[in-house]
Amino acid sequence: MNLLGEGIAWIVDPANYAGPQGWIVRMLEQLFYTFGAIAVAAVIAIPLGYLVGHTGRGRDIAVSLSGGFRALPSFGVIILLALGLGIGFKAPLLTFVIIAIPPILAGAYAGFEAVDRKTIDAARAMGMTEWQVMTRVEVPLGLPLLIGGVRSSALQVVATATLAAYVSGGALGVFIFQAFATRDYPQALGASVIVTALALALEGIFALIQKLVVPRGVVAKEPKDVRARAPRPRATTGIPVQEGK
Amino acid sequence: MFTAIKKGRLLTGLVAVSAVVALAGCASSDPLGNSSTSGSTDAASGPIVIGSQAYYSNEIIAEIYAQALEANGIEVTRQFNIGQRDAYLPALESGDVQLFPEYTGNLLQYYAPDTTARTSDDVYAALADALPQGLEVLDQSPATDQDSYNVTKEFSDSNGVTSLEDLAKVTTPLTLGGNSELQTRPYGPEGLLSTYGVTVGFTPIEDSGGPLTIAALKDNTVQLVNIYSADPNIKTSGLVTLEDPKGLFLASNVVPLINSDAATPEVTAVINKVSAALTAEDLVDLNSQSVNDQKSADTIAAGWLEKVALF
Amino acid sequence: MKWVESNLGLVWDLTLTHVALCIPPIVIGFLLSIPIGWFANRFRVSRGTILVVLGLLYTIPSLPLFIFMPLILGTSQVSSLNVTVALTIYAVALMVRSASDGFGSVDSDILQAASAMGYSGWQRFWRVELPLSGPVLLAGLRVVSASTVSLATIGSVIGVTSLGYLFLNGLQRTIPAEVASGIVAVLVIAVVFDLVIVLAGRLLLPWNRGDRSARATARAARRRAVLVAEGAS
Repeated sequence: MNLLGEGIAWIVDPANYAGPQGWIVRMLEQLFYTFGAIAVAAVIAIPLGYLVGHTGRGRDIAVSLSGGFRALPSFGVIILLALGLGIGFKAPLLTFVIIAIPPILAGAYAGFEAVDRKTIDAARAMGMTEWQVMTRVEVPLGLPLLIGGVRSSALQVVATATLAAYVSGGALGVFIFQAFATRDYPQALGASVIVTALALALEGIFALIQKLVVPRGVVAKEPKDVRARAPRPRATTGIPVQEGK
Repeated sequence: MFTAIKKGRLLTGLVAVSAVVALAGCASSDPLGNSSTSGSTDAASGPIVIGSQAYYSNEIIAEIYAQALEANGIEVTRQFNIGQRDAYLPALESGDVQLFPEYTGNLLQYYAPDTTARTSDDVYAALADALPQGLEVLDQSPATDQDSYNVTKEFSDSNGVTSLEDLAKVTTPLTLGGNSELQTRPYGPEGLLSTYGVTVGFTPIEDSGGPLTIAALKDNTVQLVNIYSADPNIKTSGLVTLEDPKGLFLASNVVPLINSDAATPEVTAVINKVSAALTAEDLVDLNSQSVNDQKSADTIAAGWLEKVALF
Repeated sequence: MKWVESNLGLVWDLTLTHVALCIPPIVIGFLLSIPIGWFANRFRVSRGTILVVLGLLYTIPSLPLFIFMPLILGTSQVSSLNVTVALTIYAVALMVRSASDGFGSVDSDILQAASAMGYSGWQRFWRVELPLSGPVLLAGLRVVSASTVSLATIGSVIGVTSLGYLFLNGLQRTIPAEVASGIVAVLVIAVVFDLVIVLAGRLLLPWNRGDRSARATARAARRRAVLVAEGAS
């Protein structure tokens, strides 16, 4: 059985992509969930993350939340919300906002924290106000990590958005649930390939944005490696120099 | 350095981890009976594997089968909540699951989509011929639970619709709501068009005629919904079930589907007794106990078996 | 609340089933990731390829992967092995990146020192590389654990029992308390697993306590593990 061939055939069949029930419309719905959830989540999470990052209060809570929320079963949350809100896009969108917040929060916070304290001290010494320190130093320098958080959210939501179909929220999951109920493997494969391709495209776009937002002339502060050599004071001659932090 | 103390620590750590794994091992008994049977099971030796759809009402009937067999000293394994027909029938044919509560009309249409049988007895007779080698049905029950199309009372009144035939007169666009597989079933949108000349759109709602379906009907997202006739929601939500004079739907009685290897005389006798005792009213009542009283399937099954006192 | 009171037994049984369903993928995924991650880190050429392929695997939505498992494995449609293997694939996809980062976090000076002390490659791996990459491995494992516990609920859609049963059944019967119980039980399992992993880390990697730089490394590792984890569901 050449399942892959049948899956591709499913994708390119005009009967499957055209019209209001076709996969192009469903794919747009999938993207609507992804960008809708990210937009709402960003409005909530970025200011909060910046606040945490700038003041240094609530350290690691953002990261713990982000890790912990991974355990939140989106499927259950969608169903619970749908029981209250009825069918359609509302329950899934709200669920996706909830799962999109923690990575953006963590990205915003981590972006600030990754800025070298000495740079900030220098900015203060130059007479910048707290607001200027934030907007002119911390935000631009932290942008790559923030975009990293947004990217993480986008990929989570775009994969999870297939579950929206369970409560009649549309998107590409429609094909997958129907294919499961009728054992239509080519359709299941075709729709999965589209979801995966969508995820990869988003991944590529965000990776590009992440590169573009690195301020010119700045060596990216993004910790590419977790090699933690820096914090360890190096013995030079005689007394080790402990850098104050 | 740390290598000296490592051994002791490593040991403690390993003990902690293995304790958790062992705990999980103890937990491997499955409340719904989904053991990881990957090969086919030999009917004669092991317990009989009873399956059910991922539909609460079907699970109650499966639980009744299970408890009835247990009451007669026959060992059972419960493998409930398997999903839709296309998912579990292969498992029944291979013998991974052996006994399953089914519905005559839907099952017949699965194997013979073009069947012309419509009445309860015709369907049952046709079903016996249509089943693949290795599967058979035991006696059918008088209880029915078939697909039915329903509208709200308001829709029925304002459009003068009480039968599927009347739908052709409705000028506003109609959308049908139901589980996604309905779209490809013979009684789905295509059947409505060919039998009654009614054109409908389709919105998949995956809760088997549950709260989301009813909510969608009430807020007019869909105008027509497929709900199983034994669903207590039809009554509690004041829906109107449209008549089906041209026989779009097949009569669908509850029927035990069994893998021939498992159909021993003892099992057959017990299950046939259960089927004979289960009435259509009983089924609605059992469903209502689940939905309205929030009782669990095993409590409901035990209560019914006690009431009918078969064994 | 009526439902919760009369069904505590069911929730408990399903919780145990869920735990039993999740542990093999987490443990097997972790064990498989160590050699793959080591390999990816050791041979830089392979690193890109391995991480890209695994990243690709993790973007496959879980539901279709579950659906395809019987075709790929030749298992029964109703076998729980389908979910176990799919969850293991996700676990490996997430964990290898952490493992590779972990081995990469070991200072090359230390490795050279170990070799100079006469450690063989094998000894060096067990006594130096593995213990020193511990904090990063643990950070990755915590994310894998949370992700696995959550994804296992979707197994219920294909008939493999987990706490997801409460979502489907609660929806059909319109019992929000049933759905909510399932969500709470999943979160409780995730928290318990997380505590067990953190505790195991304290016992196995005692030199991390009290050392400021090591704690900073662990925190950075955790942040990175959380940030790079994406997809699935």
